[in-house]
Amino acid sequence: MAEGVVVTGMGIVSSIGFNVDETLHSLMIGKTGIGKISILETIHRDEFVLGEIKLTHQQLMEKLGVDLNLPWTRTALLGVWAARQAYQSAGLSTNSGKRIGLVSASTVGGMDRSELYYKDFLTDAIHKNHIDTHHAGNSTEMIADDLNIHDYLTTISTACSSSLNSIMFGARLLKHNLLDAVIVGGTDALSRFTLNGFNTLMILDHEHCRPFDATRRGLNLGEGAGYLVLERTSDAIAGKKQMIAKVAGYANANDAFHQTASSDNGEGPFLAMKLAIAKAGLQPDEIDYINVHGTGTDNNDLTEGVAMKRLFGDQVPPFSSTKAFTGHTLGATGVIESIISILSMNNDKVFPNINFKEVIEEINLVPVSQLTDLNINHVLTNSFGFGGNDSSVVFSKVQSNISRT
Amino acid sequence: MLAPTYIDGSGAVVPQPTMNQDKFLEEILEYNERFLQVVSPVYKDYIDVKLLRRMSKIVKMSLVSARVAMQQAGVDQVDAIMTGTGMGCQIDTEKFLNAMIENGESLLTPTSFIQSTHNTMGGQIALMLGNKNHNLAYVHRTFSFESALLDAMMMIAEKEAQKVLVGGIDEITEESWLIKTQIDYYKKNACKNSAVYNDLQPGALSGEGSAFFVLSADRSEKTYAQLKGVSTLYKPGSNNELEDFIKRFLVTNELELSDIDLVIMGNNGDPVFDRVYEDLATDLLKTIPTGRFKHLCGEYDTASSFALWIASGILRHQHVPSTISQHPFKGKKPKNILIYNHFRTINHSLILVTTPDVS
Amino acid sequence: MEALIEKLKEQIIKQLNLEDITPADINEEDSLFGEGLGLDSIDALELIVLLEKEYGIRIENPKDGQKIFFSIKTMAEFIQEHQKK
Repeated sequence: MAEGVVVTGMGIVSSIGFNVDETLHSLMIGKTGIGKISILETIHRDEFVLGEIKLTHQQLMEKLGVDLNLPWTRTALLGVWAARQAYQSAGLSTNSGKRIGLVSASTVGGMDRSELYYKDFLTDAIHKNHIDTHHAGNSTEMIADDLNIHDYLTTISTACSSSLNSIMFGARLLKHNLLDAVIVGGTDALSRFTLNGFNTLMILDHEHCRPFDATRRGLNLGEGAGYLVLERTSDAIAGKKQMIAKVAGYANANDAFHQTASSDNGEGPFLAMKLAIAKAGLQPDEIDYINVHGTGTDNNDLTEGVAMKRLFGDQVPPFSSTKAFTGHTLGATGVIESIISILSMNNDKVFPNINFKEVIEEINLVPVSQLTDLNINHVLTNSFGFGGNDSSVVFSKVQSNISRT
Repeated sequence: MLAPTYIDGSGAVVPQPTMNQDKFLEEILEYNERFLQVVSPVYKDYIDVKLLRRMSKIVKMSLVSARVAMQQAGVDQVDAIMTGTGMGCQIDTEKFLNAMIENGESLLTPTSFIQSTHNTMGGQIALMLGNKNHNLAYVHRTFSFESALLDAMMMIAEKEAQKVLVGGIDEITEESWLIKTQIDYYKKNACKNSAVYNDLQPGALSGEGSAFFVLSADRSEKTYAQLKGVSTLYKPGSNNELEDFIKRFLVTNELELSDIDLVIMGNNGDPVFDRVYEDLATDLLKTIPTGRFKHLCGEYDTASSFALWIASGILRHQHVPSTISQHPFKGKKPKNILIYNHFRTINHSLILVTTPDVS
Repeated sequence: MEALIEKLKEQIIKQLNLEDITPADINEEDSLFGEGLGLDSIDALELIVLLEKEYGIRIENPKDGQKIFFSIKTMAEFIQEHQKK
């Protein structure tokens, strides 16, 4: 059962790129995807900036060439887009006799359509076919149908840590030999429900967010989807697959402090990071770079910083939040930032924590704010969510088969 | 297969009385309703009144079932918490969504938004217990509880947990019921639950419920059943594929059809989709006594958690209640029980529960 | 002022769903958060919405809430100072 797990394919779509190459390019040139709202119809249109994918629902459906007779949600469309890329990049085939599964994640689910048609649903009107697209598992099934995956499906929904949890669950399914390949990740589209919901918590920044900055005023929401293909190392080698990264360690812990705020000493985040690193068989000082959760909220950045100091002492490794590039993509954030972490590692570059100017006095931690060269062998990525759900994953460089994707 | 996984405790809040452990499904409530709702315990007896104010029904149901399960298992703490829910917190979602639509996205309040996230139940249980361990929520229709079970079994096999709390919960609301009647998922008019399997209205009799279990890596004097296996199947191409799925599951668990003492099936009163169960009962499973349970709790995505509560109760009491048995149970003392459930032929699941192995 | 305080107590009980509490149970000088009534940060956000909905007063920065919501009395004083409707 000590068999390792590697990433053999990736796919991603967000406001900074419609695939892995575009995403890398944006990260390299410091191009953010956050800007004025033009697709989401909301009265708050001029109040906030978001990481929005500049395609309408119709344009997305046409671009993906999907069957227009099926009830598509934006969440499902983004998911299909990224999942197809991952599937192709790993050279998967559902005719291979391999058991292929899909572990996806979503917090929004089909709400992007449900909120438009909700009053209709109650009166037996024309949008009935969207009644059953509301639930979180729907986008997973749309992806599964698109790729013809049957062997195992499930959907995880633990707020912002969701897609890191997908990665973990998928890795474990492989280690128990329940599957041979698993597509793991998540998808979330922007919706008025989440925009308004976060607004009631007063943790949205009206301007471009400033993670880990003393003057930070909150987060910017984003949308997107990302998937990794995971396989057992021995199978990847036998199948001569590209091995993009090792899934070295992972952990999920609970802060058990409050429904939405993290505890002052960042216990949940601390445990998640500590256990993930230990599971990777590493010491904290072997982590070369951390892609932090870094949402730009008062509470998260402070407590995440406190947790990092507790774990790493004076030797907190170089870290940055990339949420000022993509926005906070909720259910997709774990996997999107995993892909960014892997790109970082495989290109030996730290992508900058944009908008950082002034250090948070209480923690005195300075993120990397310029594109920087750094030899990265082990990268840690964090995603911390509501309900105290805290997850961390460690990816390690595959030394003998480095892919520059 | 995965490692031995024992059931040490369970708790359920469903449309039937379950709190009296000695009266196992003896006093059955009869309903003539559009949807079944849980028999509410006195929540104040289990949950701090100051905290209750923010909790919706689904959270309260979960906390009580979890507490009862842990009490029965004699544990104060667990190493992991997994929850499955198909539709999550409907009351809070509706509250926020309706307010958002009616108020034109202004003057909205945070509580219902926060409480609408799917992992709220797991998060609240963690808060109640001060539990900082692994805590996941699975939200995939009728695979939700089964995924939670699989996660639990894997954790135990990985030796990452000795005791795991797992549960399945779903709630029904007037609005969500009404919406689903529009697409014939649920019956539009009231029907007697005792006669639901003959009710010809399209759709199922809808319901709600919560059932939690304490699973253990080790057998102890608290142990009364063993969770042998769980498996799911998505969109089988044919009846043959479904039957192969069942046969393969038994082979993996080193059992033959003749070893199964009872199959508990998820018939829910839907005249179209119940045929799948009827076909199985008259074909592959024709030699095995069958039972049905959704007349007791109604249809909801995580109803299989109640089926597991029933099955493990049967094994504990060594008695098959007449209310669930399709025909008078003439079998020998039940040892191996199979639970089979499907959602409109899309999502199929199997759970195998047995008397504890002599280890 | 008295009338406002009484009205506030009722509104708060309703908004925060404080089922077991009556206006008589709340002393206007008791702290609402922490030890007193035991409210938390989510309740503070609910009170911010209450202020806007019932009294037309907008609070932009949630951190200002700490001072304003210290007690029913401080809330009432704030409302009297800033009320627009």
